Amino acid sequence: MAEELRTEDMTVNMGPQHPSTHGVCRLVLTVDGEIIRDCVPVIGFLHRAIEKMCENRTYAQCIPLMDRFEYCTSMSCNWAFCLAAEKLGDIKVPERGEYLRVIMGELNRIASHLIFVGVTPMDCGALTPFLYTFRERERIMDLFEMTCGQRLTYNYIRVGGVAKDIPPEFIPKCREFLGIFEEKIRDYEKLLVDNPIWIARNKGIGIITPQLVYDYAISGPSARASGVNFDIRKNDPYSIYDLFDFDIPLGTNGDSYDRFNVRVNEMRQSARIVAQALDQLPDGEIRAKVPLKFKPNPGEVYSRIENSRGEMGVYLVSDGGPKPFRMRARGGSYNHLQAVPHIVKGLKIADLVAIFASMDIIMPEIDR
Amino acid sequence: MMELAPIFTWIHDLLLSLGLGPTWTDLISQIGLAVLVFSLLCIVALFLVWWERKISAHIQQRYGPMMTGWHGVFQTIMDALKLIQKEDIVPAVADRQVFFWAPVIVFTCAFAAYIVIPFGKGLIVSDLNIGILYIIAITTFTIIGLLMAGWGSNNKYALLGGMRSAAQAVSYEVPLVLSIMGVVMVTGSMSMNDIVAAQSGWAGFRWNVIFQPLGFVIYVIAATAEANRTPFDLPEAEQELVAGFNIEYSGMKFAMFFLAEFVNMFTVSAIATTVFLGGWNGPFLPSWIWFLGKTLAMVFLFMLFRWTFPRLRVDQLMEFAWKVLLPLAFVNIIYVGVMSLWLKW
Repeated sequence: MAEELRTEDMTVNMGPQHPSTHGVCRLVLTVDGEIIRDCVPVIGFLHRAIEKMCENRTYAQCIPLMDRFEYCTSMSCNWAFCLAAEKLGDIKVPERGEYLRVIMGELNRIASHLIFVGVTPMDCGALTPFLYTFRERERIMDLFEMTCGQRLTYNYIRVGGVAKDIPPEFIPKCREFLGIFEEKIRDYEKLLVDNPIWIARNKGIGIITPQLVYDYAISGPSARASGVNFDIRKNDPYSIYDLFDFDIPLGTNGDSYDRFNVRVNEMRQSARIVAQALDQLPDGEIRAKVPLKFKPNPGEVYSRIENSRGEMGVYLVSDGGPKPFRMRARGGSYNHLQAVPHIVKGLKIADLVAIFASMDIIMPEIDR
Repeated sequence: MMELAPIFTWIHDLLLSLGLGPTWTDLISQIGLAVLVFSLLCIVALFLVWWERKISAHIQQRYGPMMTGWHGVFQTIMDALKLIQKEDIVPAVADRQVFFWAPVIVFTCAFAAYIVIPFGKGLIVSDLNIGILYIIAITTFTIIGLLMAGWGSNNKYALLGGMRSAAQAVSYEVPLVLSIMGVVMVTGSMSMNDIVAAQSGWAGFRWNVIFQPLGFVIYVIAATAEANRTPFDLPEAEQELVAGFNIEYSGMKFAMFFLAEFVNMFTVSAIATTVFLGGWNGPFLPSWIWFLGKTLAMVFLFMLFRWTFPRLRVDQLMEFAWKVLLPLAFVNIIYVGVMSLWLKW
């Protein structure tokens, strides 16, 4: 009698030390050959209890912690926290302070998207764009270093304004960077966007429908790639974003290819905002007078900003003391990661890697 | 100008005149040649590793290795020395025999192909009358080694890598062979020397690539897959499979895989040179310099591919092989057949 032949699904543990899980995410995959039948993300490897630690620190001491909340766009994280604290304390930020925040925030958005533009092709096997984008990112890091002395975790945006004024050589250096940047973006596009292999790998892969965007509360460029026109900078303007003229790049299909293009175009728009802000930069104070022992009024606030990965929100509860009673931060990646298993079922392992990269998921934001 | 063949003839005659007898002389000169080719290839492989690092570095606006020797030329030698010193780790669950023999097979097959490669005028270890068939057969053997590595490691990622490599090799072998078939049809011989001799006209520029450009393009694409290079480097896609079939290997076994990969790249380039680019034919310069120059130019092309293209997905790879390359290869064969009947090539 012939022995019955059968096949069985294989469980593959992808991560936490896998090169393309962007940090320490663990994905438990059930694969049938190369086809993914099930995907269960396991998070928590990068948990640092930032929210709890904030309860034991004064507001000023919380800001360096927020740097670590999501280290690719530390400026935005500082900003979101300070925005919430200012809302609690009714603090008006001076105009120059707001402009500097916008300049730094948008430069940081470019830097974060540059990492994305470099890393995503790397997950599809093209190693070279990574080095190109990091060359440009280096210039932004130099600008930050010049301003606040730090290159990754800035602690620059403070409650009531910013920590320091920009040095005189900042503006010419920044203009020089913006001058060459458009050409560099075109270089990346030449390398990837028109490349048939890149199109074959990304077009029509990992489609996020607008319905899925609403279901999972996907935000930021990943949502806009699906055609959902929602950008907090436009729809719920904070700071002085209503003063600038910029467009919101939108995708149509919501596939990995669109998510990439939306981010590339967003870099262009951010460069536009920085250029306008540099032109209009007023003189004056950079920081409002905030008492050293900053004690906001009792109450609770939620403030949100448009981070490079989506909605970055900070929920603060104050009991009138010098420390937050409760701090809760929201990052976009958490929702994005939840949507991944929904998208990847039935696709190949290689697609999972490409989709994971195209959602620009970053783990510290999820684990906090 | 220095041709190397007379030197070998001279050594051969010298051994004969020493009174060793023809059998012993042949044996000694064959072993000598084998050792010579082997050491040459080792040097070539070491050079290629360094060269790839330098090319990738300059494409990516870096310097690459700079510390050991002039522009880091001794870097690969140092790396090899380091790998020799490393502990040879065998996973507890591995199939020890299969695990041990996999790199040996890959390494041996990579080098065995060079028996029939004509490095220059008269510089061929053995001019088999089925030369090209032999090369194709022996290079395909590498895949068995990769599959053994994937299976023997008893690791899921390695197994996926091994399966991928087997599927890929079977798919791309077909268009590869068919693209070479066009040249064999025109030459009427499978001997490497005959193929080179048939391209010797026009002051050394009567190359097959001029008559069969399509065949050449198909060969280059299929050879890229054959050598597991980007955009077809799926068996070792580090972003998906961490390292693929060689994930569990360490020390010298890893080095054997690594060197074999570069030797394979040199092999496919050498075949491209011999079959399509006129072999060692060329004016003015000695034949072996022409051969090396053309082969290194092909290697450079493969390296450019690697550092500029993204990687295909595994099903797209298969589709491309069976739906695009294979029909094109048949078109090429029909084209060559019609042209050779009509124009009497």
